Amino acid sequence: MNEIEQSPRAAWEAHARDGKLAYQWSPDAGRAVWQPRLLCPFGGRAPLEWRVSAGRGVIHSITLTHPVKGAPYTVALIDMDEGFRMMSRVEGADGAPSEIGRRVVLRFEAGEGEAPPVPVFDMEPGR
Amino acid sequence: MSGTTRGGTAIVGVAESDLGKVAEGVTPQDLMAQGIVRALDDAGLTLGDVDGLFLAASQLRMPTISMCEYLGIAPRYMDSSFTGGSSFEALAAHAALALEAGACDVAVIAYGSTQRSQRGKFTPQRDLNDYDAPFRPRLPITGYALAASRHMAEYGTRREDLAEIAVAARAWAKMNPVAFDQRDLTVEDVLNAPMISTPLGVKDCCLVTDGGGAVVMVRAERAKSLKQKPVYLLGHGEAQPHHAITNMPDLTETGAKASGAQAYAMAGLGAQDMDVAQLYDAFTITTLLFLEDLGFCAKGEGGAFVREGGIAPGGRLPVNTSGGGLSYCHPGMFGLFLMIEATRQLRGTCGARQVEGAETAIAHGNGGVLAAQATLVLGTEATL
Repeated sequence: MNEIEQSPRAAWEAHARDGKLAYQWSPDAGRAVWQPRLLCPFGGRAPLEWRVSAGRGVIHSITLTHPVKGAPYTVALIDMDEGFRMMSRVEGADGAPSEIGRRVVLRFEAGEGEAPPVPVFDMEPGR
Repeated sequence: MSGTTRGGTAIVGVAESDLGKVAEGVTPQDLMAQGIVRALDDAGLTLGDVDGLFLAASQLRMPTISMCEYLGIAPRYMDSSFTGGSSFEALAAHAALALEAGACDVAVIAYGSTQRSQRGKFTPQRDLNDYDAPFRPRLPITGYALAASRHMAEYGTRREDLAEIAVAARAWAKMNPVAFDQRDLTVEDVLNAPMISTPLGVKDCCLVTDGGGAVVMVRAERAKSLKQKPVYLLGHGEAQPHHAITNMPDLTETGAKASGAQAYAMAGLGAQDMDVAQLYDAFTITTLLFLEDLGFCAKGEGGAFVREGGIAPGGRLPVNTSGGGLSYCHPGMFGLFLMIEATRQLRGTCGARQVEGAETAIAHGNGGVLAAQATLVLGTEATL
């Protein structure tokens, strides 16, 4: 019998469909792991654990990407408070370097077709 | 890795294939073959002498197999390691290792691409993982834009500084008869060009051309008896610190810092000793990051370094004297052309754009989204 019962991707998707942003934690390294995987990238041997993010972070970098067709959209790297960095979009941002450092809050958006919900961000209000 | 000797091998032949937009129906193999034969002619060698083949191409999944069949040759040693645009600097290091181990005697490193004429028909494979894909980054440019944006926020680098890099490349290209784009270009032109991914506009991006070429390497003792003035491999280094831009350890510091340190240590030389620099310029920000990471200026000071024609003809440091990927050619991967130009500068055959008395050169390749880095330090006989 195979050892892997559920792939890391399937586990992440199951959380997302439940409205949760899952990330992994390495008990050996004592730090967050992103993107989800089977093995610890910091040399740990213990299985990675799933944790759920509180959904708050800071814009590490941002750009406004102009597609060949359609309206431009932001692509950002978000430093989550739990200590991992993920790619996402910040709604309402204009992609200027001056937005780097601003705090953002997670919101799930419906995925296209059968795709799982997509974790996007809004600027934290009142700042 | 090292396992090689400082000055133990040398580049003895270089050539480009047809460049720019090639004739209808020409294949990547055709250009690779044309480059190989021209580079062997340059070295005074023939196809029958080649017993080591080191190839990379994004349109050929198995380039050594493909080219052995095409050329009708059966080399003793083959390597098609693929690290994107930096493949060729990495393959040159692998060739040095194979030459010094006696696994081959004449090594050819080559490339061919018809990316411009196949535009729309051929899409290079982008390694986009499940977690980044929903955000539709336009790779590679969105990744470079994220690095540029962070560099601006952290160090006050301006779009004008990045524009200076494109303008300098154009000034060099005007002295290279085979450079693709020789039209006038000003900082204002770069700033006013259509935006692709802020802060990078279309003039911050490399060309899309066809083209290929080859570099021939042999052991140092053989190099002395060949046709051209040998250009010795003094040092090399490789680093691959991440794949996706999301996982880049520091958006403003590339693996060039590590690959450059290895190459300099082996060469016993530093940035201050380099007479000419060929630094992969897929985008303007790429050159700026490599100037910093390879030690030509401190981290964050790249903007000041390139300002007021700092890397243009007559500036502080001659960078990308061919016109680079921004103005000379960029057939999808530019790494091989950095080695060709560095070799020509050290031979002293660059005509109007020749850097007077150049004895040392650095050729730095970049692959993926600021991911795979490979550095070569090259020198003339005087540096041995």
